[in-house]
Amino acid sequence: MKEELETANRPDNTAFTQQRLPAWQPMLSAGIVIPGFVLIGLAFIGIGVALFIASQNITVLEKDYTGVEITSDCYKCSNPSDKNCTCKLDFSLSNLFEGPVFFYYGLSNYFQSQRSYGVSKDDYQLSGDLDYFKTPISACSPYQYDANQNPIVPCGSLANSMFNDTFKLYQIVNGTKKLVPFDGKGIAWWTDYNIKYRNPSVTPLKNAFNGTVKPPFWSKPAYELDTSDPSNNGFVNQDFLVWMRRAALPDFRKLYRRITEGDYASGLPAGNYSLEIGYNYPVLSFGGRKKVVFSNVSWMGGKNQFLGIAYLVVGSLCVVMSTVMLIVYAKFKFPEDD
Amino acid sequence: LEANSRDHEPEKERRTNAIKTSKYNTFNFLPLNLFEQFQRIANAYFLILLLLQVIPAISSLSWFTTVVPLVLVLSVTAAKDATDDIVSMKRTLPLGLTHPPLPTLPLYLGLTHPLYLIRKVFKPLDFFHLLLGCLILMMTHSPLLPDKPCVSSLLSEGEVSCEPPNNRLDRFTGTLTNAGQKYSLDNDKILLRGCTLRNTEWCFGLVLFGGPETKLMQNCGKTTFKRTSIDRLMNVLVLCIFGFLAFMCTILSIGNRIWEQLWGSEFTAFLPRQGGVDAPFSGFLTFWSYVIILNTVVPISLYVSVEVIRLGNSFYIDWDRKMHHARSDTPAKARTTTLNEELGQIKYIFSDKTGTLTQNIMTFNKCSINGKSYGEVQMVHRKSYGEHTETVDWSFNPLADHHFSFHDHSLVEDVKLESPEVQSFFRLLALCHTVMAEEKIEGELLYQAQSPDEGALVTAARNFGFVFRSRTPESVTIVEMGEQHSYELLAILDFNNVRKRMSVIVRSPEGKLCLYCKGADTMVYERLHQSCTKLMDVTTEHLNEFAGEGLRTLALAYKDLDEEYFTSWKQRHHEASTSLEDREDKLDLLYEEIEKDLKLLGATAIEDKLQDGVPQTIEQLAKADIKIWVLTGDKQETAENIGYSCNMLREEMNDIFIVSANNSDDVRQELRNAWSTMKPGAEEAANFMPERTLGNKPKVVRDEEVNGEYGLVINGHSLAYALEGSMELLFLRTACLCKTVICCRVTPLQKAQVVELVKKYKQAVTLAIGDGANDVSMIKAAHIGVGISGQEGMQAVLSSDYSFAQFRFLERLLLVHGRWSYLRMCKFLRYFFYKNFTFTFVHFWYAFFCGFSAQTVYDEWFITLYNLVYTALPVLGMSLFDQDVNDMWSFQHPQLYVPGQLNQYFSKTAFFKCALHSVYSSVVLFFIPYAAMYDTVRDDGRDIADYQSFALLAQTCLVITVCIQLGLDMSYWTAVNQFFVWGSLAMYFTATFTMYSNGTYLIFPASFPFIGTARNSLNQPNVWLTILLTSILCVLPVVAYRFLLIQLRPTINDKVRPLTNHTLSSRNTDQLHAAPPPPARRARIHRTSTRRSGYAFSHAAGYGDLVTSNCFLRRPAVTLTTAFTPLGRTTGFSPMGRSAGYSPTGNALNSRPQDVEVTSLQMYHRMRDPTF
Repeated sequence: MKEELETANRPDNTAFTQQRLPAWQPMLSAGIVIPGFVLIGLAFIGIGVALFIASQNITVLEKDYTGVEITSDCYKCSNPSDKNCTCKLDFSLSNLFEGPVFFYYGLSNYFQSQRSYGVSKDDYQLSGDLDYFKTPISACSPYQYDANQNPIVPCGSLANSMFNDTFKLYQIVNGTKKLVPFDGKGIAWWTDYNIKYRNPSVTPLKNAFNGTVKPPFWSKPAYELDTSDPSNNGFVNQDFLVWMRRAALPDFRKLYRRITEGDYASGLPAGNYSLEIGYNYPVLSFGGRKKVVFSNVSWMGGKNQFLGIAYLVVGSLCVVMSTVMLIVYAKFKFPEDD
Repeated sequence: LEANSRDHEPEKERRTNAIKTSKYNTFNFLPLNLFEQFQRIANAYFLILLLLQVIPAISSLSWFTTVVPLVLVLSVTAAKDATDDIVSMKRTLPLGLTHPPLPTLPLYLGLTHPLYLIRKVFKPLDFFHLLLGCLILMMTHSPLLPDKPCVSSLLSEGEVSCEPPNNRLDRFTGTLTNAGQKYSLDNDKILLRGCTLRNTEWCFGLVLFGGPETKLMQNCGKTTFKRTSIDRLMNVLVLCIFGFLAFMCTILSIGNRIWEQLWGSEFTAFLPRQGGVDAPFSGFLTFWSYVIILNTVVPISLYVSVEVIRLGNSFYIDWDRKMHHARSDTPAKARTTTLNEELGQIKYIFSDKTGTLTQNIMTFNKCSINGKSYGEVQMVHRKSYGEHTETVDWSFNPLADHHFSFHDHSLVEDVKLESPEVQSFFRLLALCHTVMAEEKIEGELLYQAQSPDEGALVTAARNFGFVFRSRTPESVTIVEMGEQHSYELLAILDFNNVRKRMSVIVRSPEGKLCLYCKGADTMVYERLHQSCTKLMDVTTEHLNEFAGEGLRTLALAYKDLDEEYFTSWKQRHHEASTSLEDREDKLDLLYEEIEKDLKLLGATAIEDKLQDGVPQTIEQLAKADIKIWVLTGDKQETAENIGYSCNMLREEMNDIFIVSANNSDDVRQELRNAWSTMKPGAEEAANFMPERTLGNKPKVVRDEEVNGEYGLVINGHSLAYALEGSMELLFLRTACLCKTVICCRVTPLQKAQVVELVKKYKQAVTLAIGDGANDVSMIKAAHIGVGISGQEGMQAVLSSDYSFAQFRFLERLLLVHGRWSYLRMCKFLRYFFYKNFTFTFVHFWYAFFCGFSAQTVYDEWFITLYNLVYTALPVLGMSLFDQDVNDMWSFQHPQLYVPGQLNQYFSKTAFFKCALHSVYSSVVLFFIPYAAMYDTVRDDGRDIADYQSFALLAQTCLVITVCIQLGLDMSYWTAVNQFFVWGSLAMYFTATFTMYSNGTYLIFPASFPFIGTARNSLNQPNVWLTILLTSILCVLPVVAYRFLLIQLRPTINDKVRPLTNHTLSSRNTDQLHAAPPPPARRARIHRTSTRRSGYAFSHAAGYGDLVTSNCFLRRPAVTLTTAFTPLGRTTGFSPMGRSAGYSPTGNALNSRPQDVEVTSLQMYHRMRDPTF
């Protein structure tokens, strides 16, 4: 075979140039596809069952408090001109609500996912860069400067629209209200709290905000968000961080507090409860809804029936499909001859 | 133009011979190249996008998402342009250096051998757009002929006036004035650009035209920019995509307008509107914002990737050792790197004959002498390839030509036994011809034959001991078995196309008068004496055998003449040849009279040597459903003959139609007859008038079915009529019904016309292959032009798209390289559109959940890097390495080629399917994560349904899905592919974690706002379960669909692929790598019905006169060269330019030469290629 001489113009004899690279050549043969479908199907059914059970074991209590219905106690607060209105929401638990219980507020029809809403913030400012305290970026407009050309800190629609309803949960024990302690620490992402958002290194923090104004919708400036705890104040306020992590979808819930302490460490015992709501946040104007959610979690996170069901359905379809393919293969497989 | 007066030549007016081929220099490169690049629509589009992006109200994406890819694309293209430019510059240099003196050559010229042979041959042109034009004057008149080179003093002042530059190769008019004397300059005294002078050590000339003014350059015609059908389809698709983009953006902007009105206006408390933006205006702005976001449906990297893939696949052609011709050390070359995939779609091949199918070498192969057939031994042995048979030893004959080989020893034995018939046979061959001999050194004879056939015959006679040694107009000297005899040459009854025979009348040294005749068997048989009947039968059988093997046969006969009769005949002959009226007719009558009652000697069989592997290649290509049309300038007999020896025409064919009428009506009738034979009854229904559809585009003629195999042979005359507007459709449809079409005696222009005709009515890809200047027009006209390289003429190569040394490489070029290229390109396009559509459509679904605000689903960095980094290499790897089956299997199943011809792998339908698939995938990719993340939280209760986590989830699903999809599409996983796929996935995760890391954020806080997203969401089991579900759900239906399709409607591919695996596992692997066994030589079916003549003699008329004329005396007998095949005017070079029209009524082709000047120069300075 090698009798031909290697002449000057003869191309190199390498596997690459001669397109002879060794290769794996998989094929969609019946021996792979049909068992593959069966295996995937069974695996999916298994995962689906696990997910479904996990999801079923999660307890969720969801209460709308927008106050649309007249029967609702919060109906009285639904008028936006009404400031500092308080309403309450009563509910009872027949069983122990297993803990740790997470307390969420939820908003519907609220477009945090809107592009111009999402970009309306200043990352430099929020990372504590004082230059941007004086001149916030233009994306914050119209919450960049107030009418007097004072820079708004934190600037932008996202910060300005921060959720400001307040909640207090009481258990009614023998007619008396017993405050359920809320834990507001560690509700935001570690990275948001430690890296992404930082207060300027100025003490007291108030001084950093000299010459700036608070966002117009805020009742108090950023440096007074939690005066009791400096590590929860300013831009690293957990509620602020939770709000600033904008939701992907127009219906969302955000973590407000955890119930992990005292008598309620193992959950909310059966009984009557009353939720006292400081109703400040107007949503009715754009057809939004507000709700509170009590929920516990499992290994798969919060309650979500979809994933488990989807796995079950897809898994079953795979098994069905494998049967169909087997039948087709047996019936139509083309003769192996040339 | 004044000669030799240097002071009269102002420097400015002199045209330099160099042609500037490089476009750029170092300084203008950047601006010029950028300017050129932005003229391309795609690039301009992205520039506009970029401009849109800097408008804050519209900008939905950061500028870098467009700039980074654009810069990358521009720099890749610029690099390619720069390389091309440098390459072309390098090619320019050597030519410029080697030929600078040419433009200032002195006028005087002389030749070392003044009157001897000067051959002008088209020689390799180094680079086509650097044509060094030179027309060298050849002075044949004695006053101008110097004895020595230093004769410049002979002419101190000379002047040439001539016609302006034009493209007519066949004529030239001008005068040379020197020392008050005028010499006329005509076509015979000039050398065209590209000629090579032979047999002279030096020559003086004067350059008349240079560069683009040369006739050749003027004749090259416009090189049209070729595009592949995929290119054209892609352009249409890109337009469709633009339309679709606009459609999507319109829907979304309407959505935005409605949203702004219904929700946005009420949401203003939290999201105030920018000043002056109301709902309709917001809708308008959104339209443009979505144009920016959805622009990825028109992928910027598409064109660049396509170019890269084509370049890569072209390199494979250059690198292929199996397309490297060892003897000439010529590798295959993809001269065009933009047409590769079209090689996988060829439906029609138009092939030249001489030099392409054949080697243009004739060998004396067999003969039949006195009823005995010789040469059969060779055939037996040829069945086993490579086995050396013992050739005849010529040592008994000192004058033998040792290049000549013969395998049948019995013939030598018979010669040595001095059998009179055998001796007469070879004596005839040695006497009856127009060959001239040259004997520079004693005993080393060089024959100069007017046709290669004659050369072969005379050489055969020489080796068998009847050596033709020299001739004068009155005598022929031969050496018969070592004894020199001089025969008196009394008359040459010359050959012509009507007579198809030639005779000589000689007087032997013994004084015997004899007429020797050789010619077409049909002609000779009519003139045989009755006593030969028995011999005729035997010889006929042999002739049939020879013809069946595709050999060119001649019958030989002789006749002893009566002295008295001859004297009277000679007298009449003299009268006739000097008569002024009807000279030809009178001579013909005289010839007829004397050429009768001949005695049959036997027959010769000459093989027009095919190039190696031609019949096998043609058979393979036919199996691949490729139709091969032979377009040749040869005579009908020669062409037919080659048709048979290539297995294109076969005895078992139902019918072979021969169209050779001389007027329009007859041609039409013959074509109609052919049609009605093939499709009885269908004639009435068939409409042969070209129908025009809207837009005046000719209607595409579909392929028609026919029972049986037919062949069509049409000659140039008829073709001229058949190509007329009213008949072209009839011709085309008739021709397309035939398995084989041979057009003979066609001009270069007609070659191109035939190609154009097929291109016009057939939606098929055409390929033209040829080797000579006469094929240039056809090579340029066809979709793909292939030049045979490594031989003398390079013109075909220079205008070709691909070149290689042997016709048989065509099989590999098409069935392997072409098929793979097409497959790869189609797979690439399908996948590329899929991945970009899927990527983009997710934005569309998200629009319904973000208030149609042009919010992207993904991180901006992901958008920037998706096409360039995360998914570029795997698909490139697939498009460079994928093979469905390897080359051996491609050869074993040529039918694998058919899907390409039918555009099955990528078409509008395939594209539509792709888009639908993308829609499905994008729905899954958006709604599964949507539903899975809806209202859910991390396992520690914190947020996970936030925008950033959702974006990360969606993009991870997307990357994994498209990777799996690629894995499904890829059928050939080399290590490189594995590396690319896994590398890209690894790259994605590495880049994601890096960009979302603390460090990156701390350096560029505003650019990487996604900090921590990867860590916070990719450690959640439900995120991974969502990714798994999404990617599996995207891919499984495809697997099921493909599997079912393989079972229910298996393609040829599906059928062959399992076989390869089967072989791999069970049989020994050697077999796979071994070459497929050479197809057994087709068993000849013994003819029963019609007899086919194997006559095919590529001789031209007029040479009998030449060798007997007195002018011939001026040629010393020792100066001839060997293996030389000049030609007569009849088959001479014809203009190849478009302007040189071909008139069917003109007699340029078949008539006798009207004005053959009998000078040696006249005879020999025709262009090379004897037969088009």
